[in-house]
Amino acid sequence: MLRRDAGTGPAGDLTSPAGTGTPNNVRKRTSKASRTTGNMTGRRAIAAPKPFRTRLRRDWPLLLMTLPAAGLLLVFHYVPLLGNVIAFQDYSPYVGIKDSPFIGLANFQWLLQDQSFWDATLNTLGITTFQLIFYFPIPIVLAILLDSVVRPRLRLMIQAVVYMPHFFSWVLVVTLFQQMLGGAGLISQILRDHGRQGIDLMTDPGTFLLLVTGESVWKDAGWGTIIFLAALAAIDQNLYEASAVDGAGRWRRMWHITLPGLRPVIILLLILRLGDALNVGFEQFFLQRDAVGREAAEVLDTFVYWRTLTTGEWSYGAAAGLVKGLVGLLLILVANKVAHRFGEQGIYRRS
Amino acid sequence: MTAFTSRPVWDERPSLAGRLVKGTVLTLIVVSVVFPIYMVVLTSLSTQDTVTRAGGLVSVPGELSIGAYQELFAGGVVTRAVLVSLGVTTVGTAISLVTTVLAAYGLSRPGSLFHRPLLFMVLLTFLFGPGIIPNYLLVSSLGLIDSYWSLILPSAVTAFNLVVMRAFFMNIPGEVTDSARIDGAGDFRILWRIVLPMSKGVVAVIGLFYAVGYWNAFFNAVLYLNDNAKWPLQVVLRQYVLQGQSLVTGQTSATIAGEALPPSLAIQMSIVVVALVPVLFIYPFVQRHLTKGVIIGAVKG
Repeated sequence: MLRRDAGTGPAGDLTSPAGTGTPNNVRKRTSKASRTTGNMTGRRAIAAPKPFRTRLRRDWPLLLMTLPAAGLLLVFHYVPLLGNVIAFQDYSPYVGIKDSPFIGLANFQWLLQDQSFWDATLNTLGITTFQLIFYFPIPIVLAILLDSVVRPRLRLMIQAVVYMPHFFSWVLVVTLFQQMLGGAGLISQILRDHGRQGIDLMTDPGTFLLLVTGESVWKDAGWGTIIFLAALAAIDQNLYEASAVDGAGRWRRMWHITLPGLRPVIILLLILRLGDALNVGFEQFFLQRDAVGREAAEVLDTFVYWRTLTTGEWSYGAAAGLVKGLVGLLLILVANKVAHRFGEQGIYRRS
Repeated sequence: MTAFTSRPVWDERPSLAGRLVKGTVLTLIVVSVVFPIYMVVLTSLSTQDTVTRAGGLVSVPGELSIGAYQELFAGGVVTRAVLVSLGVTTVGTAISLVTTVLAAYGLSRPGSLFHRPLLFMVLLTFLFGPGIIPNYLLVSSLGLIDSYWSLILPSAVTAFNLVVMRAFFMNIPGEVTDSARIDGAGDFRILWRIVLPMSKGVVAVIGLFYAVGYWNAFFNAVLYLNDNAKWPLQVVLRQYVLQGQSLVTGQTSATIAGEALPPSLAIQMSIVVVALVPVLFIYPFVQRHLTKGVIIGAVKG
């Protein structure tokens, strides 16, 4: 049963199908060639699995090693997952989860009638759509540009610089942007020096979409090139040579070789992004929500936070979080289906 | 000049206009990353006069001074925040790396006992996060509110990092570990003596990911730490620089919050630099391993 789940679900290409230990592969890694399911089921039918105790005696060090991480995930991921039960309760911290009364789906009903919830959802989807158009292509273009830099030293240097902002915290990125674009920032300073009025892009709801996209591009577009650069490096150079000999110019080679070479990665990341449509990043919006205002900057995550931790409506916030999680899960599964439709292996490859 | 390039013979040299455009675009990109950092560092090292004359951030070096840093570290707030962040980062990274390396090795042999359900349990965390509220309730019911452990334990193991490292371990040829096993080495010894020395690059990269995560941790601190004496650096950065609140230096200081002036721009920028420096410092050492580590993650993960 687990096997079938793993086949369609997240495990996909990750769990190698070595299955329950067959005598001839318990110690040795199965060779790549024998890692096909057909082969496996055949072998599995022949070889009965070793008794539990023998395997325990053999594998206990591995289990012991996995234990700390598994324990941490269990406590800090799976236990809170169960805590979502308060979404169906009228939870009060003074009464506790056990004794809080169940109220069925009432929280969800209120949620669906809550205008501010829909505002947050619309904001989130708006930001996702905008960034899909104006953020997503940038790492691809940048990667092609970087790939065309033929001097290796120079290229490594540029790469080192553009990867770096990925490691800065959002607080730092927002602070830097404030110093550049804010009311007292560099741009305003220059404008004022030339006798114009200063502008404050950090508090303007009208340009907020541009601002957050700009911040995301500055922070992560360079980092995003890594996976495309890898795909570019994997393209057979002979193709370029052959087409150049046949008289194809620079642009034709890009259109007929480079872009088709990148296609699988582009589709993969596109689908991943669609599955992640409700996640636009929490800290970035949390940090700027006060300055820009709720109308423009409230996204689903910040909605959950403000509705709960400032008002104490725990159950309501948990219900909103649960809805977001479930819709996200649905989107991932749909995206996975689409990925298979496109002939891709599965979506659980991340950069 | 052509001697330094590795342009293949069949490739025509780009036109002058093309090269100009490319050079300009790349220069602009690099400058857009480097210039803000340069200005922030310069401003933090400038005297008050220079800052006033520039009317804001300093872009042309004037009179330099380290006064801002002296003032910064004389007061308690930032010094304490730096120590908190350093401590959380050190302890957290150690815990994360040890548990991740162990689990990655423990899950690297398909066919071992409980391999499949354990791996499934790790991978399932990709699909569905518990959400903010249940996380908060758990941390609070464990009594970790206002404890530094709340910044470490909930994010100690990241499934992504675990999967990347596991993929790397699985790429090590089986013959290598088999021969050690025939010589009588147990799994712990194989991991320590053979697998780890072969995986320095990926351990460095995953270590960087974890360390940066802890150093940059902001939201967990906002959520779990009510006591502002325990704030890590990122929260202090937000408070005093982004929101421009006044730095009340020293616990026994007579300064009343209402009267204290917001910190000068040089001091604000020196806090930014303090938050920036560890990343700038560690990054070059790990940078050469980055591509490798991430590509493995992308291909295998």
